[in-house]
Amino acid sequence: MNNFKQKPKFGKSQMKSLSRVIKLLWGYYPVLVPLTAICIIFTAFVSAIPSLFQQNILASIEKWYLTGDWESAAQEIVPLILLLIVLYVVSIVSMVVYTQLMAYITQGFLSKLRCTLFDKMQDLPIKYFDTHRHGDIMSHYTNDIDTLRQLVSGTIPAVLRSGAIIIVILGIMIYYCGWLTLLVLLGVLSMLFISKFIGGGSAKYFVQQQMSMGKVEGYIQEIMNGQKVVKVFNHEEEAQADFDKINETLYEHSFKAHAYANTLGPIINNIGNVLYVLTAILGGLLMLLNVPNLSLSGKALSISIVIPFLNMTKQFTGNFNTVSQQVNTLVMALAGADRVFALMDEEPEADEGYVTLVNAKVDENGNITESEKRTGKWAWKHPHGDGTTTYTLLTGDVRLTEVDFSYDGEKQVLTDVSVYAEPGQKVAFVGATGAGKTTITNLINRFYDIADGKIRYDGININKIKKADLRRSLGIVLQDTNLFTGTVLENIRYGRLEATDEECREAARLAGADDFITRLPQGYNTLLTGNGANLSQGQRQLIAIARAAVADPPVMILDEATSSIDTRTEAIVSRGMDKLMEGRTVFVIAHRLSTVMNSDVIMVLDHGKIIERGNHDKLIAERGTYYQLYTGAFELE
Amino acid sequence: MIKRLLRCVGEYKTPAIITPLLILGESVIECLMPFIIANLINDIKAGCGLDDIVKKGVILFLLACLSLAFGAAAGFTSAKASAGFSKNLRRRVFEKTQEFSFENIDKFSSASLVTRMTTDIANVQMSFMMIIRTAIRSPLMLIFSIIMSTIMGGPLAMTFVVVVPLLVFGLIMVGKKALPAFRAVFKKYDKLNESIEENVAAMRTVKGFVREQHEKVKFGKASDDICRDFTRAERIVACNEPLMQFCLYFNMVFVMLIGSYLVITGRGETVDVGQLSAMLTYGVQVLMSLMMLSMIYVILTISVESMRRVDEVLCEESALKNPENPVYEVKDGSIEFENVSFKYSAAAEKFALADIDLSIKSGETVGIIGGTGSSKSTLIQLISRLYDTTVGSVKIGGIDVRDYDLVTLRDSVSVVLQKNVLFSGSIKDNLRWGNKNATDEEMIEACKLAQAHDFITSFPDGYDTMIEQGGTNVSGGQKQRLCIARALLKKPKILILDDSTSAVDTKTDAMIRRDFAEYIPETTKLIIAQRISSVEEADKIIVMDNGKITAIGTHDELLISSDIYREVYQQQTRGGQSNE
Repeated sequence: MNNFKQKPKFGKSQMKSLSRVIKLLWGYYPVLVPLTAICIIFTAFVSAIPSLFQQNILASIEKWYLTGDWESAAQEIVPLILLLIVLYVVSIVSMVVYTQLMAYITQGFLSKLRCTLFDKMQDLPIKYFDTHRHGDIMSHYTNDIDTLRQLVSGTIPAVLRSGAIIIVILGIMIYYCGWLTLLVLLGVLSMLFISKFIGGGSAKYFVQQQMSMGKVEGYIQEIMNGQKVVKVFNHEEEAQADFDKINETLYEHSFKAHAYANTLGPIINNIGNVLYVLTAILGGLLMLLNVPNLSLSGKALSISIVIPFLNMTKQFTGNFNTVSQQVNTLVMALAGADRVFALMDEEPEADEGYVTLVNAKVDENGNITESEKRTGKWAWKHPHGDGTTTYTLLTGDVRLTEVDFSYDGEKQVLTDVSVYAEPGQKVAFVGATGAGKTTITNLINRFYDIADGKIRYDGININKIKKADLRRSLGIVLQDTNLFTGTVLENIRYGRLEATDEECREAARLAGADDFITRLPQGYNTLLTGNGANLSQGQRQLIAIARAAVADPPVMILDEATSSIDTRTEAIVSRGMDKLMEGRTVFVIAHRLSTVMNSDVIMVLDHGKIIERGNHDKLIAERGTYYQLYTGAFELE
Repeated sequence: MIKRLLRCVGEYKTPAIITPLLILGESVIECLMPFIIANLINDIKAGCGLDDIVKKGVILFLLACLSLAFGAAAGFTSAKASAGFSKNLRRRVFEKTQEFSFENIDKFSSASLVTRMTTDIANVQMSFMMIIRTAIRSPLMLIFSIIMSTIMGGPLAMTFVVVVPLLVFGLIMVGKKALPAFRAVFKKYDKLNESIEENVAAMRTVKGFVREQHEKVKFGKASDDICRDFTRAERIVACNEPLMQFCLYFNMVFVMLIGSYLVITGRGETVDVGQLSAMLTYGVQVLMSLMMLSMIYVILTISVESMRRVDEVLCEESALKNPENPVYEVKDGSIEFENVSFKYSAAAEKFALADIDLSIKSGETVGIIGGTGSSKSTLIQLISRLYDTTVGSVKIGGIDVRDYDLVTLRDSVSVVLQKNVLFSGSIKDNLRWGNKNATDEEMIEACKLAQAHDFITSFPDGYDTMIEQGGTNVSGGQKQRLCIARALLKKPKILILDDSTSAVDTKTDAMIRRDFAEYIPETTKLIIAQRISSVEEADKIIVMDNGKITAIGTHDELLISSDIYREVYQQQTRGGQSNE
C-alpha cells in the first residue's frame, strides 16, 4: 500500500539504493554479473542492427531486380546474410548463456539476501520485535524480497537491454536520415506525455483501490474472526449489508483504475501506428520532393532506407515504452530494497560481556576448575584486567537493587525496585497487567537494559556477563507458548540440543506432559505444525515446561507458565513443577494465586513499584492488596 | 467449477460479451494496417503522385483512430466486466460464509477465508480480464497474421511452417516441465515463510534458549534447498527467450534471403519489396501472439489454484438446514437431552459427547463443571443448534430443536461464547447486536444486570465509547460483561454463559448471579465455570468428564457423591479457608 502513496519519482536517493543493490549483487557474483551484463548488451546490439543489413540487401535488390540477375545479386547478398547468420548464432548463444545465468544469479541472490536478512534478524535485540509489527517484519521476506526479484530478474536487464537498443537504433537512424529521426523523437515525446497523463489518473485510482481493498480485508477479517458470534446473534443479514457497501466502493475504484490502465495500452500502441504511417508518408514525401537528406552517412534518401526505418520506428518506440514502464516498477522495487536495507542496517544487540559460563569441577578443598564435560555444576569464568582468571560457582543468587526502567525513555515502568532472590528461593510477582511483572524478568535476562540501579548475579554485575551465557543459565517459560514445526521430541530437545531421547522423556515426565504425549497418534514423534495447532493451550504449556526442564538451568523464570492449565491438571503438574523448582532459584509470575501461594517471597507490584512483600501468611495477615486479591475483591487482569 | 464461478458475472454480462467483439475489431484493423502500408511503400517506390500517398496516409490514420477507439472502449468494458465480476464473486463468497454453520466455520480457518476473498479473488479478476482481452486477441492475431501473410507473401509464408510448430512445441515442453516444478517449489516457499513467521513470533524463546545460531543454520539449509529448486525451475523457463529469439531470427534470415531471391528473379512481379517488408512485420506479429498465448497459459494455470480455493467455499453446503415447516415460537425455557451422542466429524473415532440424558426445568439455574476437554462447551452448543446431534435429540419447550426456525431458536437461546468478540464500533453498536431496536433504557437495564453500567459510565464517552477491533481497549473482565449484556438484550428464554465470567472478580461475579436470580427468574440459566464459587448456589450442578456426565446434584450433594467435584473444590479452597 505504501508503494502507491506517492507518485513514483526517480531521484537521488533511488540512485543510491539502486547502486547499493547492484554493488551487493556484484559482491555476491563478481565474475558472473559483468559477464551477464556483457551478454545482455551484446544480444541487444545484435537485435538492433538488422536494419543495417536490410538497408544493404534492399539496396542490392533495387539495383538488380530490374535485370533479374540473381547471380550478381547473390554475390552481394549472400555474404551479408552469412555475416548476419554468424552474428545471430553468436547472439543466441550469448542469450542462452545470460538467461541461464540470470536464473542462477537471481535465485542465488535472493537466497543469500534472505539468509543475510534472517541472520541479521537473529542478532537484533528484543526491542526491535516489540516495536515492529510481526506482519511488517514478515513483509520484508515476502513482498520486499519479491520486488527485489522483479528488480534483479526483470527491471535491470530490461532497462539495460532496451537502453542499449535505443542507443544503437538512434545512432543508425541519425546515420540514415535526420528528418525522419526528428519525427520519431517527436512521436516518442507525445507518447511520454500522454502516458504520464493517463498513468497519473490510473495511479490515483490504484491508490484508492488499494485503500478500499484494505478496508474490505479488515472487515472480512473482523467478521470471519467473529463468525460464531454473528451466528449466535442472527446477525448475518446486517453483516452482508455492511459488506455490500464497502464491496461496492471497491468495485468503483477497481473499475476506474483498470479502465485507465487498460486504455493506456491501445493509445500508446496506436500512436506507434500513426507514427509508423507518418514516417512512411514523410519518407515518401521527402523522396518525392527530392528534399536533401540530412544524415551522417550522406546517402540520399531511398526506399531502401525508408523500409528499415519503418521497422526501426517500431523497435524504437517499443523499447522506449519498455523503459518508461520500468521506471514505475523500478521506483517501487527500490522502495522495497530500502526497507530491506533498513532492516540490514539495524543495530545488532550489543554485547560487551566477557564473563562466561563453564562446566565446573569442585575438589574437596573447594577449588573450582573448569571441565570439558557436563558436571551438573557451573561456574562463572571471570577474566581480569591483570591477566588472571577467577571462577565463581554459580549458585543462582540474583539481586536487583534500586532498579529504574523505562521502555521509551519517557514513561517510567519500574521505579526503585529491589528484589533479593537467594539460591533455591521461589520469588513470585503478583499484580495487574502493566504493573511491570514481566518487565522485571526482561531485565534479568537482559532482553532490555536497566536505566538505573544494579542487577547482580552471584555477585557479578550482569552487564559483565556474556548475554548468551547469562541466558543459558536462565530457563524461561512464557505465557504465550511458542512451539516450532517439528516433532514433539524435537521441540522438547530445543532446550538442550545434545539431550538424548531418554532425557527428553524424563523431562516430559517431570513436567507431567508424558501422559498426554504418549496418547498422541505418533507419541513423541507426532509432528507439530502451526505452533502446535493440534494441541490445546494447556498441552502446549506442558511441552514448554518440559523444554525448560530438559535445559536444566540453575535459575528459572516462569511467566504465567500454567495459566491455561485447568485447576485439575495443574494439581498434577504442580507436583512436577515442585520437583522442577527444587534446588533452583525461581521467579514466578502468575495470575492464579494458588500457583504463587507457596512461594518464599511474594512481591505485589502496582504501577512499577513493589507495594507489598512477604510470604503468603504474612501478606494475608497484613490484610492489604494481596489479601483483597486473594479474596477476589479485586479484578486481576 | 468454471460454470459456477462464471454465474457471478451476472449483470456485467453485456460488457463481458462486448469486450471480445471490440477486441475483434481492433485486431482486424491492426492486421489490415501492414497490408495497406505495404501498398503505400510500393506507391512511394513507384513514384506515385502526392495525392495517392496522402490518400492512403489519411486512410491509415483513420484506421489507427478507429483501432484506438475500439481498443480504448474494450479497455473500458473489460475493466467494468472484470471489476463487476469480482465484486459479485466476493459478495457471493461472503454470503456463503454467512450461511455457514459452526461445523463449516470450523473447517475453514478465518485467515484462509480472508485470503480467499481478497488475494484469490483478485487473481481470478485479473485472469478474467486477461481472458476477455488477450485470450481472444492473441489467437485472432495469430490467425489473421498467418492468413494475411499467406495472401501477401505467397511462398514466403512457408517460413511459418517451420517456425510456428517449433515454437509451439518448445513452449508446450517448457510449460509442461516448468509448471509442476514451480508448483512444488511454491509450496516449499510458503513453508519457508511460515518458518520465518514462527521464528519472529518465538523470538523470546529463541533468545531465551540462545538458539540464534541453531536457527540460522536451520534457515540457511531450507533457503538453499529452495534456491536449488527455484533455479532449476527458472532455468527451464529461461529456455523460452532464446527459442523465441531463434524463431524471430530464422524468420528474418529466411524472408531476406528467399525474399530477395524471389524479388530479383521475379523482377518484382511475384513478390515485391512492399510485401517483403510486410512479411517481416507479420512475422513479428505471429511470434508475439504465440508468446502471449503461452503467457496466458501460465497465468491461467496459476489462477486455477485460486479459482479452486474460491470455488471450494462456494461448493460448501451448510451443514444445518432450516426445517420445512418451522415452529416460530419457543414455549418455555425447559431443556431436555434424550440419549444424545455427538462427534465433530463423521470420521472422528471418539464421540465428543456420549449418552447424555438430561432434563432441565424452565427457570432453573444450572452450573456445569469439568476440566478442559471434558466437552462442556460442546454440550451447550447443541442447545441452540450450533451443531446437530449425531445420535438422539435435544428438546426445548418440549419440541426438538431441529423443528424450530433457526432465527427463532437462536433468539430464544442466547449463548455467551467462551471465545467471544466485540466488534469495532461504539458500545451501543455492539449492544444492538442483541436487539436492533433496543432503546437506551433497555440497554442500560441490560448493562446494569451484567454489572457493566458502572464502568461504562466511567468512560468519558459513556455508551458511545468506541470499541477497537477485537475489543482491545477494554479489559478482559469488562469485555466479558459487555458480552453478557449484549446477550441479555435478546430477552432470551434460555441464557448460556460459557466460562463468561472467568476474568471477572469474584465479587462482581456474585453480583451478576444475584441480579439474575432477582430480575430474570423465569429465564433458564446455564453457567459453565472453572470456579466452584460461580456455580455453588445453582439449583443443579453437572459434573462432566471426558464427554460424559459423571454426576448431577447440588453443591452439598456433590461434595459427598462426586470425587472430581470434591477434588476441584479442595484444590480451589486450599489454604484459603483457614485465613478467612
